[in-house]
Amino acid sequence: MSTVKESSPDPEVAGTGAYTWTGKSRQWFLRHLPPDKLLPEDQPSYVATWAYVFGMGAVAGLVFIIGSGVVLSLNGPQWYHVSSLGHFTNSVHLWSVELFFMFMVVHLWIKFWMAAWRGGRLLTWITGMVAFLVSIVTAFTGYLLQTNFDSQWIAFEAKDALNAVGIGAWFNVANLGQIFMWHIMLLPLAVGAVVALHVVLVRAHGVVPPLDAAGTDAQLRDSNGTSPEPEANQP
Amino acid sequence: MLELMSQAPSPITPGTYFGWGDVMIQSGNLVVIIAMLVLFVLALVLPFPGGRSRK
Repeated sequence: MSTVKESSPDPEVAGTGAYTWTGKSRQWFLRHLPPDKLLPEDQPSYVATWAYVFGMGAVAGLVFIIGSGVVLSLNGPQWYHVSSLGHFTNSVHLWSVELFFMFMVVHLWIKFWMAAWRGGRLLTWITGMVAFLVSIVTAFTGYLLQTNFDSQWIAFEAKDALNAVGIGAWFNVANLGQIFMWHIMLLPLAVGAVVALHVVLVRAHGVVPPLDAAGTDAQLRDSNGTSPEPEANQP
Repeated sequence: MLELMSQAPSPITPGTYFGWGDVMIQSGNLVVIIAMLVLFVLALVLPFPGGRSRK
């Protein structure tokens, strides 16, 4: 037994402190998400183009959506359907969603034609797609909450599709209370979590270089102390 | 209740639709799609402010 103990480095003696799950978690986070990656001082020169603006534009839209949504939920439908300030806040919520989706779609187009899943960024791409899909469901439940003929029409057209795919029994678009809870509680949490994971992954891997600057990516990884991997092996 | 109803905007506003054969699109949706295409092109061609002075 004693030889086994001696052969493995004592974390306390080595100064790492990684002999508990908290210590191991801290080491994992420091290794994969060091502070200078999470909050970088500057970016590579190729980032200085409008093509790299739309992701953060979508995040800004999401901040406005959540802020106006919090105000709407604090005051309730009797306020935002009738009062002037309520109408205005409701409109801010709607137009933030319009901008969020427009920026997100342009972001998606640009990243698609840049093949942004290069250099080990496959999970970043997948979380972006999941964020897009979850956002569509969230916006759909928002349309159902207009409580007018539009929302009634949308709900009763959509229920057939949802029944056809077999989820109509527990995701009932004609049940206003249920859809309200999905819209203001469950789906915002899902969108927030996926977008946060997406942004953290972008920070961890760095923004993808343009196709004609792919060599820069290896230099970036070299400077971060990680061993460069052959481009051919990247997903 | 009637007073509240009168304050609400008319709920029946079908909007303007454009159609080419089997393709039909509402004007608002068309405007959004065109705006996204314009943003995409502008992002590729417009110079970024301060971009040249960066390292």
